[in-house]
Amino acid sequence: MSEKKDKDVRVGVFVCSCGSNIGGLIDVKEVAEYAKSLPNVVFTQDNLYTCSETGLAQIKKGVTEHNLNRVVVASCTPRTHEPLFRETIKDVGLNEYLFQFVNIRDQCTWVHMKYPHEALEKAKEVIRMGVAKVSKLEALENIVVDATPTAMVIGGGVSGITSALSLANQGFETHLVEKDAQLGGKLNVLNKLFPTGQDASELLESLKERVKNNSNLTVYTSAKVTNIEGFVGNYEVEVQQNGKTTNLKIGVIVVAVGASLLTPTGKFGYDGKKRITQYELEEKLKNNDVKANNIVMIQCVGARNDERKYCSNVCCMSALKNALLIKEKNPDANITILFRDLYTPGTLYEEYYRRAREAGVIFLSYKLEKEPIVEENTIKVYNEYIGEEISVPYDLLVLSTPLIANDGNKELAQMLKVPLEENKFFLEAHVKLRPMDFATDGVFICGAAKWPVDITESITQGYAAAGRASTIISHDTIEVEGATSFLPDYNRDLCTGCEVCINVCPYKAISKNEDDEIVITQVLCKGCGVCGATCTNHAIIIRHFTDEQILSEIYAFGGS
Amino acid sequence: MAKNSKSVIIIGAGIAGIQAALDLGDMGIKVYLIEKNPVIGGKMAQLDKTFPTLDCSICILAPKLSECYRHPNITLHTLSEVSNVEGTSGNFTVDIFKRARYVKEEVCTNCGDCASICPVRGVPNYFDANLKNMAAAYIPFPSAVPPVHIIDKNSCVYLNYGICGLCAKNCGAEAIDFSQKDETIKIDNVGSIIVAPGYGLLEDVSPLTRYGYGKYKNVVTALEFERLICASGPLEGHLKRLSDGNEPKKLAFLQCIGSRSDRDQKYCSSICCMYTTKAAMIAYEHNNELESYVFYIDMRAGGKGFQNFLRRGANEYEIKYIKSKISHIEVDEEESPIITYEDYDTSVIKQMKVDLVILATCIIPSPGIEKLADVLGIELNDYKFIKTHPFLPVETSVEGIFTCGCAREPMDIPRSVAEASGAAARAAEVIKGG
Repeated sequence: MSEKKDKDVRVGVFVCSCGSNIGGLIDVKEVAEYAKSLPNVVFTQDNLYTCSETGLAQIKKGVTEHNLNRVVVASCTPRTHEPLFRETIKDVGLNEYLFQFVNIRDQCTWVHMKYPHEALEKAKEVIRMGVAKVSKLEALENIVVDATPTAMVIGGGVSGITSALSLANQGFETHLVEKDAQLGGKLNVLNKLFPTGQDASELLESLKERVKNNSNLTVYTSAKVTNIEGFVGNYEVEVQQNGKTTNLKIGVIVVAVGASLLTPTGKFGYDGKKRITQYELEEKLKNNDVKANNIVMIQCVGARNDERKYCSNVCCMSALKNALLIKEKNPDANITILFRDLYTPGTLYEEYYRRAREAGVIFLSYKLEKEPIVEENTIKVYNEYIGEEISVPYDLLVLSTPLIANDGNKELAQMLKVPLEENKFFLEAHVKLRPMDFATDGVFICGAAKWPVDITESITQGYAAAGRASTIISHDTIEVEGATSFLPDYNRDLCTGCEVCINVCPYKAISKNEDDEIVITQVLCKGCGVCGATCTNHAIIIRHFTDEQILSEIYAFGGS
Repeated sequence: MAKNSKSVIIIGAGIAGIQAALDLGDMGIKVYLIEKNPVIGGKMAQLDKTFPTLDCSICILAPKLSECYRHPNITLHTLSEVSNVEGTSGNFTVDIFKRARYVKEEVCTNCGDCASICPVRGVPNYFDANLKNMAAAYIPFPSAVPPVHIIDKNSCVYLNYGICGLCAKNCGAEAIDFSQKDETIKIDNVGSIIVAPGYGLLEDVSPLTRYGYGKYKNVVTALEFERLICASGPLEGHLKRLSDGNEPKKLAFLQCIGSRSDRDQKYCSSICCMYTTKAAMIAYEHNNELESYVFYIDMRAGGKGFQNFLRRGANEYEIKYIKSKISHIEVDEEESPIITYEDYDTSVIKQMKVDLVILATCIIPSPGIEKLADVLGIELNDYKFIKTHPFLPVETSVEGIFTCGCAREPMDIPRSVAEASGAAARAAEVIKGG
């Protein structure tokens, strides 16, 4: 079947060497030469880096000079590079969907790096499959939808307020939803802020003042987002406030719900009185209520262990800050901090650590395997450095516990159709290069909802999410992917109305209309293909992944 | 396509500057991206892989380089520096000093014929941490943006002595232009400026020589190691000792070199604990028999997924972490480094012989930052990083001028990217809010 030449189909195959990532293991010239023998292929070329501007220019030249109407790139991974190549063929007038990516790096030369011959043969086979598929691909158009230039920020802590203010200052109508009666989140709990020593309330008041004076910003306190429908540029959000329901048309959503505090019940004799958390100490300091003279702080309580593997980022600095505050008031106070690794990265924080040491705060390290033992009035800690157990007397024990994910994250994540990671914090699109984005278009994340962060970083991320969100609502329209599923009229008879597709669709893109017919909302569909795969009667077709297209690949694989 | 009359100037086209440029460009704001090197990408382009995902660095960066190059709202000026700024927030006038490339940008096809015929060899390539030489006509790395060669003014025979000119004769596209002059470009109607010149690395100064760097061939910096282990680097990814070309079996990674010290920089360089673990992981992937030892003071891994990454390093890649302080390094007759250190867990002085030492050198302020700060009128802090307030993290001391990334403090890529989007948002507030 794949041996037959399709009339008018002219395929070009570009084989990337990826420096030596591919070319170091297999002969890309041989691969390109092999590709020439495949049906419909009229031009092949190997490039040192197909993704470089030089490589892209070679694709364009190939398309123009050889009148190509289909392009295959055999290289790294579509995860990072498919949009770039699609964009390139679009630049020279080809429909961007007449492109097939073939992965010969991650799936050939990397995984089979000890077997060069087999890697080479596999590369040829996957290219053969890719050529078969590209020959069957059809031109598709992206879907263009209007965008509402409004934003919603969920969560009115420091990160959410910052984000909302920035969006409002850019001229967008912005709605800020806070579950508590007051804006401010953890700023309401904290006493003073590191590393400036400023009152938390002072920062909060200045933020509130700016919120009050901003005419683009509407605040909903004691409010909750109860339903979210729609898609990028066109969300319908339901907000409940004091029994009143407001429905808003929203273009983009920023998640800034923050994090919760861990109560270390049963750990190190925690009782909320003599043995308290670092946050309870904040409250005491606010009320000028610290009478103790011998104070011990234990870091990483309930963090960096098997149960909760992560480092909470802010606790070392909180401990240093409170230790310094106590020392300022009472220079004779004995403060000992039991730590594992002291986390004070960067310039100002390391300076802070230095100040604490100079102020006479004592630092003793302990290991996870030998946690301190808390007795009525003393703490026993094994010190590796001197190789002995030390007894430290205390009349106030302060436990530094981590920030943990909110209980409500799951519910919100489901409403937004965004993922959570193993600790139930929100999971961004890419840790490295898309830190504020979700994989779902039009939804962004900032602050401690994503990962424990301090005030400085919460502010930075608040701005950052506003910046990312603005890239979408700065335009009147939005283009979304055209490779979606659909139910063609000629297949209507096949549909039994069993609703399996409705149940499996993770994007709520499928519903039934008043005539009891299946309707697929194209803009909501992400083309994942689950509906098509589960449709018992093959009524649903997935554009760009039709049965014919996929079978052509399989035939090309088996039929050589 | 740009909908706003005011533009934004971004100084520095590393990952932070690039992200800020793309965000602003995507908001419909005109951007001038100014880079002093001949190509964009900054330090991230030089890295082999990135933590904690072990993504190939250039692979995830390259699409962004291309996007910058082709974005209708972004104008790229390489070999360029800001030489003068006048005006105030919302209305700056900026002079760009652009050095001659001696190659016509719009004509060059990046074929490399100029480089292959150039008789001058032995010009160290900064991109390969000076571990590989190139010709006087060159491009720092093959997938560089803009995809245009450059002629090194200092080593070109024609530009210095008026003889040779082989590259011009050999260039089929006739792109070589020795008559190009340095020029100053004036850009007005600039609403806001983002300063993102990145960072420098400690080189050639006392903390390094203390550890035998420059004296012993088998003591290298972490950035050199990135290039040595990178498949597109000078050794094509086959790690060797620089003294004898033998494959090393035992690596020592030394942390806090030049940082967290009374003698040198007092601050923490922030990223070294993580990149060291990454480097040891990659080395292990290349050779499963390789042993890696990390000599550290505190393991600083607070970012997302970082603690898991360290666990993986210890459990799956057999990296040994030693809480310690290094005293000094000597070498034996085979030039293998011998490290003398105090083991903090036992407070015993010990020695360890290894095949290769990798120094986690401290991030320092970008070279030239003082001059740039002077031109912009912005303040620096005690460490010569750009001064910001902890709760106004992307604003400089001058209204309308913002900053992001390592120019203000050592930080990793995710944070630089976040700050870049943050600085873009603040600049957009100036442009759109009027």
